[in-house]
Amino acid sequence: MTLAAIPCRTEARPVLRERGQREVFCGLTGIVWLHRKMQDAFFLVVGSRTCAHLIQSAAGVMIFAEPRFGTAILTDRDLAGLADANDELDRVCASLLERRPDIKTLFLVGSCPSEVIKLDLATAAERLSRRFLPQVRVLSYSGSGIETTFTQGEDNALRAMVESCPHDDARQLLVVGCLADVVEDQFQRLFDQLGIGPVSFLPARRAAELPFVGSGTRVLMAQPFNGETGRALTARGARILSAPYPLGVEGTTAWLSAAAREWGISQASLDQVTLAGRERATAALQPHRQKLAGRRLFLMPDSQLEIPIARFLNRELDMQLVEVGTPYLDRQMVDAELDLLPDGVLVSEGQDVERQLDRVRQERPDLTVCGLGLANPLEAEGLSTKWSIELVFTPIQGYEQAADLAGLFARPLERKARLAV
Amino acid sequence: MQLTLWTYEGPPHIGAMRIASSMQGVHYVLHAPQGDTYADLLFTMIERQDRRPPVSYTTFQARDLGGDTAGLVKDATRAAFERFRPDALLVGESCTAELIQDQAGTLAASLALPVPVIPLELPAYSKKENWGAAETLYQLLRGVLGARPVRPERAAGTKPRANILGPTRLGFRCRDDVREVSGLLEELGIEVNAIIPLGATVEDLRRVPEADFNVDLYPEVSRSACAWLKRSLGMPHTSVIPMGAGATRDFVVEAAALAGVDPTPLLASRGSRLPWYSRSVDSTYLTGKRVFIFGDATHAIAAARVAATEMGFEVCGLGSYSREFARELREAAAGYGIEALITDDYLEVERAITAAAPELVLGTQMERHIAKRLGIACAVISSPIHVQDVPARYSPVYGFEGANVLFDSWIHPLMMGLEEHLLAMFRDDFEFHDGAAASHLPAGSSVPQATDSPASADAGGLAWSIDGEQELRKIPFFVRNKARRNTELFARERGIQVITTDTLYEAKAHFGR
Repeated sequence: MTLAAIPCRTEARPVLRERGQREVFCGLTGIVWLHRKMQDAFFLVVGSRTCAHLIQSAAGVMIFAEPRFGTAILTDRDLAGLADANDELDRVCASLLERRPDIKTLFLVGSCPSEVIKLDLATAAERLSRRFLPQVRVLSYSGSGIETTFTQGEDNALRAMVESCPHDDARQLLVVGCLADVVEDQFQRLFDQLGIGPVSFLPARRAAELPFVGSGTRVLMAQPFNGETGRALTARGARILSAPYPLGVEGTTAWLSAAAREWGISQASLDQVTLAGRERATAALQPHRQKLAGRRLFLMPDSQLEIPIARFLNRELDMQLVEVGTPYLDRQMVDAELDLLPDGVLVSEGQDVERQLDRVRQERPDLTVCGLGLANPLEAEGLSTKWSIELVFTPIQGYEQAADLAGLFARPLERKARLAV
Repeated sequence: MQLTLWTYEGPPHIGAMRIASSMQGVHYVLHAPQGDTYADLLFTMIERQDRRPPVSYTTFQARDLGGDTAGLVKDATRAAFERFRPDALLVGESCTAELIQDQAGTLAASLALPVPVIPLELPAYSKKENWGAAETLYQLLRGVLGARPVRPERAAGTKPRANILGPTRLGFRCRDDVREVSGLLEELGIEVNAIIPLGATVEDLRRVPEADFNVDLYPEVSRSACAWLKRSLGMPHTSVIPMGAGATRDFVVEAAALAGVDPTPLLASRGSRLPWYSRSVDSTYLTGKRVFIFGDATHAIAAARVAATEMGFEVCGLGSYSREFARELREAAAGYGIEALITDDYLEVERAITAAAPELVLGTQMERHIAKRLGIACAVISSPIHVQDVPARYSPVYGFEGANVLFDSWIHPLMMGLEEHLLAMFRDDFEFHDGAAASHLPAGSSVPQATDSPASADAGGLAWSIDGEQELRKIPFFVRNKARRNTELFARERGIQVITTDTLYEAKAHFGR
């Protein structure tokens, strides 16, 4: 498939905006995958016991070893005096870094309580950086629930990194968004074969290895939730290449071709380099299409991946879309995707979970994509579900993962079909 | 500020959620920002609950902070009442809402809803989950019964009645313990008046004063309520936790005394297989096994008694994250000649386990991971739990059947450990090779090397001579670590720097006296 095959629609799509109880994680959750990607980074949440409990619950497993994330839990004493809270923070960071000489980047992560008491983590990070550089760079960002939704935590973390990126106007492709190492390597090989380079990834496997940024930087967004990072890169002279996201065959091809066009690569060359991947993925999707085609899909807002996922399941697996919820609609980030959604599908932004569940019960879709808190209760009502958190923990981008991605949605249906209990 | 990597307990509002989600007809309005809904998955995923916890979150955002967050509380409370029609409402705040001081409980009470509205004040920056559960249960009972409850007259000749207090969602094996303990009471001729909060309705709360006494089954959650009912209504409560064969008998005697019934027939007819299994000769190898115990205070203290007196283990460590029960824990530990470890710092527990070098760890999910990393056998005895601690089968840890479950679940990892030890010991024999793993492990697992810990670097300048080390290896594997420890202790006490074969046997003679 090539870009020419993609229809282009620009008319505004009606969006249902709701406000009420939200059944989503906050931005702290991003730490779970960010710390695994950046193996020289430590994430220190400055927050409450709730924050600590959230991260370990969202991680689903309590990992055996001493993890590279933790919480500096605020106590009554810290709330009484901010000056003391800063001293306390310095003490905690110093003892942490002494214990963990392998840490090269320390992220101070703001939380709801730290923001409400106006604990200035940006200033704290500058102060601590002055003390610990060059061994350790200290950055700060907010993962608080009053400001961020689930995957927005990654956006804020990456934006904080952009501020520290060195300046260089040399030509480069910068891929933005956390990708599994295996996916990153596949894309790197494809870019090499296409003759696109040099290529940098943000985040890289080591947080200390920051890419440069400048007027020669062309940005390919690998995840749809990094809008603020994109805007920070633009402010530093970089230019974003608008494209759908690399989910499925069509998305991956369109994504690669945005870079290919910028690098002046011919269509023939793009077709030739991507041929093997496209054919493999198309063949691998076939059995999943048999299970998914015609099935009705409802996406609750959660990971911010809902719109590209809906596009993939609709266009490549022939699923019917009932409602596509998204925590927030960043048009700049998803315009290319919205154009690919069929007419008449309900796109909703924000959430009133009770009203949305009423719609789920009324529509009785074949599959509902939702958070872990809702999955079992919906299953108990006879509705098949897919937990959305898997979409951020599993490698799903690129040709080689297209069938894995489809499999995530086919499996609940197949399971339901098998069970006779 | 306290650096925390893993936490044993959540914040206190999670305790309140455990009470609300254990009950029927109780709804909890929680003034909280986006993200706090993560707590729902504890119930729907760890316990595989088939309904959402009965909690409505106000979900305030940064842009609301300058505006009307109080209005959000009122709207959310009204909407929750309209939609769920609960018999009682709990209204409280999570950590962030506590800071903005909207007084959610007072706001909700001002709505004059036609059901009891119980405001909860759970200080998130000083208290934790179990305290929150205990406080919520107490406030809920007080809210429903009134500050000065009265006890109805009991007609003469009626059956004695008891309430069971404390079992909750996300508690350790509460679902099955309740069935076991209810069975014991019924066999004694005691009617179970109400089980609170697991499965209870608001009507059940109102009936609490109709019982003769309370069973304080999970003191971390139920002690405050039991103490209040004793103070205000003169209702006595039990003190024995029926975990293990002996404690179950003690519990039966205590409950019978409170009810004025005769325990003898039950004690004569019922029992557990644990006492005989423990006396069976194949259990000899359990003698003196070093066991490290950590959990909530209730389960840890009860497990220590079972370990020491019913399994014949040596309790080499006893600790808890329940600071509220530090005194009881210290007393229990003193009985085993050790000092109690009272901490909620996971790394401190890990250090203590490493130093104690136990052969079995009885702990929470946290200790399971510590033990796995150290290659030590482990069984889970307390919350925090994970999905595997909510088994499909009937599996109590209280009562006579509970004692059977304890025997199986504590001995099983040791037997498996024994097989691995044997494999490690025979690994040089020609029939075996290093790649062969224990048969219960998946293909490809390697033989654990943790059986024979090398002389530690921090042994205080101690070193083993080559002949001493070789002689040590000839000692049977199951006492080798003990021999190593004792010899090193002996050498250190005498200022010996290099341990030879002679030192080894001198130490053996010294400790063997």
